[in-house]
Parts: sequence; structure tokens; C-alpha cells
Amino acid sequence: MSMENALPISHRQRLWLYALGGLVMLFLIAPSLIIVIMSFSGSSLLEFPPQEWSLRWYESYFGSLEWRDATVVSVKVAVMTAIVATLLGTAAAYAINARTLRLTGSINALLTASLIIPVILIGIGTFFLYARIGLNNTLTGLVIAHTVQALPLVVLTVLSGLRSYDMNQEMVARSLGAGRFSAFFQVTMPQIRFSIVSGALFAFITSFDEVVVSLFISGGETTTLTRRMFNALRDQIDPTIAAISTCLIVLSIVLLSAAQLFGRGR
Amino acid sequence: MSIASASLNHAGRPDHALNGDALNADARREARGMLALLSPGLFLVFAVIIVPIGWLFWLSLFDENGQLSAANYARFFEQASYIKTFVTTFRVAFTVTGACVLLGYPLAYMLSQLPRRAASICLIFVILPFWTSVLVRTYAWLVILQRKGLVNTWLMDLGVIGQPLPLANNFAGVVIGMTHIMLPFLVLPLYASMKTIDVDCLRASMNLGASPAATFRQIFFPLSLPGLASGLVIVFVLCLGFFVTPALMGGGKVIMWAMRMEQTTSLYSNWGAGAALGVVLLAVTLALLGLFHWLLGTRATGVWSQR
Repeated sequence: MSMENALPISHRQRLWLYALGGLVMLFLIAPSLIIVIMSFSGSSLLEFPPQEWSLRWYESYFGSLEWRDATVVSVKVAVMTAIVATLLGTAAAYAINARTLRLTGSINALLTASLIIPVILIGIGTFFLYARIGLNNTLTGLVIAHTVQALPLVVLTVLSGLRSYDMNQEMVARSLGAGRFSAFFQVTMPQIRFSIVSGALFAFITSFDEVVVSLFISGGETTTLTRRMFNALRDQIDPTIAAISTCLIVLSIVLLSAAQLFGRGR
Repeated sequence: MSIASASLNHAGRPDHALNGDALNADARREARGMLALLSPGLFLVFAVIIVPIGWLFWLSLFDENGQLSAANYARFFEQASYIKTFVTTFRVAFTVTGACVLLGYPLAYMLSQLPRRAASICLIFVILPFWTSVLVRTYAWLVILQRKGLVNTWLMDLGVIGQPLPLANNFAGVVIGMTHIMLPFLVLPLYASMKTIDVDCLRASMNLGASPAATFRQIFFPLSLPGLASGLVIVFVLCLGFFVTPALMGGGKVIMWAMRMEQTTSLYSNWGAGAALGVVLLAVTLALLGLFHWLLGTRATGVWSQR
């Protein structure tokens, strides 16, 4: 906002607003900060600020076979989900953007349905379906369920990239003799690749952080990190979870910054 | 290709008719291609969301003996425990939505008034929690609010209280944790809509002699209502079906709708009853979103497409 748009109200008159907004921002960020700091505590008591510092909770995380296995499962599922959801989501966004089909609105609503349908219902429904076709406690089952939940984010992200792209460029390439696919891959994709990468990153976080559906359909050797954390939290509050949480927060920051950087590259 | 074949005109028909046929064939081919691109995604959504939910809906229509009956729905009105669950759920949803408005409106207003650079830095405080695992944030609130948690330790060290306050494992804990999780869902659409309010309207109002407070009350606030409504609806709807925080912070005392569904299906394996709960939850969710769409003409789900 430039100066000419400023209202004739001084910052001083607005101090109360800044104070209130600052407090709300503190409310939003404090929990994560506290967990990050406490994860370096040397004591098993949850005290803040910690009296002594150590990496023992990180050692306990990385040293535990159970936590490590769960992390590997989550990473595997998230990588595969990101790949599948990005492929399907980009194809779908391209088709929606072309507007050649009737019912584009309904198709859009159907593809993004998992954003508004209560997750608990998706969890129970998926468990019920998987029980019939033997997909419970399998990586395939997890990837399919997470893909459905990540798909809307990829579709919306890629669609917003396509909307700011001039489709005539692809038409030009085709009229000059390029085939449909080479026109897309050589002309369109390089220009929307930032949205595609952002979509893939969002799909990765969505899958990695997913709790409710995983609670129903993962177990045994395919227990995801979030499922194990949920069960651990139900029993007792183990400071190891602070170390795991810190890793998850750092992961979110890294992926989000990457998505922002790619988004700006547009 | 279509142009070349039309100019041949070997069928002896007028050029434009042949041209039309070719164009139609082309359009059909194009539509088939687009459908092919959409079909894998649509198939997955259909198989994993629509089919199971339809199946559960079918199940909910039969009682334990496999007889067609409304027993699964009738018990919502008859059994006190179900009524209590609904009351709790709506109480939590209303309280959390109210708290989100009280905290979110000033924040969104401040963000909309800041210079762009400062606003984008402050937005990180909203977006980062939005993308941090719900589980991590619930754990953080457990650590902060529990009996021997940070708040109680601090207050007791300062001598403000003699006994720990009951902040976690009850209604208050659920509301605080859920407010933190829902707040970005209110702030983001509200901020986006406040950004579209024309500053000239506000300046005109102040030029004409209105005080800043009157300008806010009579110009800015009414113009921000659609954005506020969109945030309100999405927060309320998400609260109704929320599971993680009440399950971990409710201490088994605050049983919300989604927890009830999990208990009936996982613990008691009563699929009919659990499915009926799900059907009603979905109906209420869709009805609220539909009502919003009908009243304001926009979708309430815009929060996911703007970051």
C-alpha cells in the first residue's frame, strides 16, 4: 500500500489495534515456539524455560526403532502421495481450465469434496471399504486415501497457476505443428511448473500430517508417525513427542518456504 | 485437419455443413480427451469418498436384525447420551466460532491496514500454524494447559493461585485448543475480503466529517461482513466434525460428534448407528454450506485456494 492510500489516522491512534493484533499473533505462534524450546530440555519434567539443555529427546526419537519405522512409513506414503496427487491433480486442473466439458462446476465440487466432507466420515468410510477389499494396513491403501485428500489442494494450486497463464501460447505451439503433449510439456508446463511444485509440496505436507484417516486404516507395520503420536498422547505426555513435533514444525517451515519461493518464481 | 477436410467437399454438401460436422467431431474428441484427463482423479474420489459414504448411508437404514428401520436415527432423539453429544458439539462449535471472531477480526483488520511488506511478514504468523500438524499444536496446548503445565506452574509460582486451574481435559481445554486450530480458517478469508475494500470509500467518509470510529462502523464493518460470514461458516462446519483435539484434550468428558462416531464404530462395532451419525453430520455440513452459498453466492471453501 503506498502512502497516498493511507487514511488520515496516525499509527499512534492505532496503537491499541497493533497491541491487540500482536497478542493474537503471539497466541498463534507461542505453542510452536514453546514446544521447540522445550524439546531441548534436559529434564523429563515439562518445565519452561528448561533448567538444563540436552539433545536426549532427539536421541530417544532417532534411537527408537518404533518411531523410526513410523517415520519411514510416513515419508514413503507422503512421497508417493505427492507424486500421484500431483499427476492426477495437474491433469484434472488442465481439463477443468479448458472448460470444454459441461458440468465443470460439479466436477470441481466433486474433486474438492474432501475439503468439506468431515474427515471422520472419510476415515470410517475408507476403513469400511478397505476391510472388504483388503487394503487396511497397507501402504497402497494409505497412498490412495491420502491422494484423495491431497488432490483438491493440487487442483486448486495448479488451477490458479493456469488462470494466470495465457492458454493461447499452447494454441500457437499446436498451430505451428506441435502435438498436444509436446505443446503442453514444452510450452505450458515450464510456465506453470512453480504452481505444480507448490501443489506437490502441499500434497506432501497434507499426507505427512494426516491423522484421522490414518488412525483408521494404518496399523501394524504400516503405522504412520501421526498415528503413533496420537496413541502415545492418549497414554501419557512423553517429551520425545516434543522432539518429533519440532522436526514436524521445521519440516512445515521448510516446505512452506519452498512453496513460497516457487510461487514467487512465477 | 478439420479445415483441410472441409475444403475438399467431396460429399457434395454445402461447405458450412461439412465444416460444422468436422468441428463437432473435433469438439467431441476434445471433450473425450479432457474427460480422460479428469477420470483418474474423479475415479479415486468416487471410489474412496462417494462409494463408502453411500454404502454407510445404506447401512444406516437397517437395524441390528437387518430389518429396514429408522431405529438408528430414532435413537438420536430417544437416548440422552446422544442428545448430550449433540448439545456438547454445538456448544463447542458456537464457543470456538465466537472466540475466533473476537480474536480473528482485530488481527485481520490490522493485517489489512498494514503496509504490504509488514502485512506479509505478519501473515506468516497465521499461515505457519495453518500448515503445522494439528497433532503438534494439540500436544503443545496439552503441555501448556495441563494440571502441571506451564500456565499452572507459572501462576502458582507467582502466587496468583493456590490450586492448579482445570484448563486441560475439560471443555475449556477443548475450546482453547480448537480456537487455535480454527483461527487461520477465519482470518485468511476475512483478510482477503478486507483487502478488496476500496480505501477511497473510507477516505470519502472521513472527508465528509465522519470520525474514524464512525467510518469503521458504518463503512468498513458492513463491507467486511461477507468475508466474515465465509470464515464463520467454514470454522463452524469444521468444528462440528472435528476429532483430534477433543479426543486428546477432552479428558473423556467432552464427547463430540466425531468422537461418538469413532466410539460407536471402533469400540462397539455398531456400523448402523455410526453411519447414521455420519449421515446427519454430512447433511448438517452440506446444509450450512449450501445455505451460505445460496445467501451470498460464493463458496465458503475459498480459504484453501488463497495462501
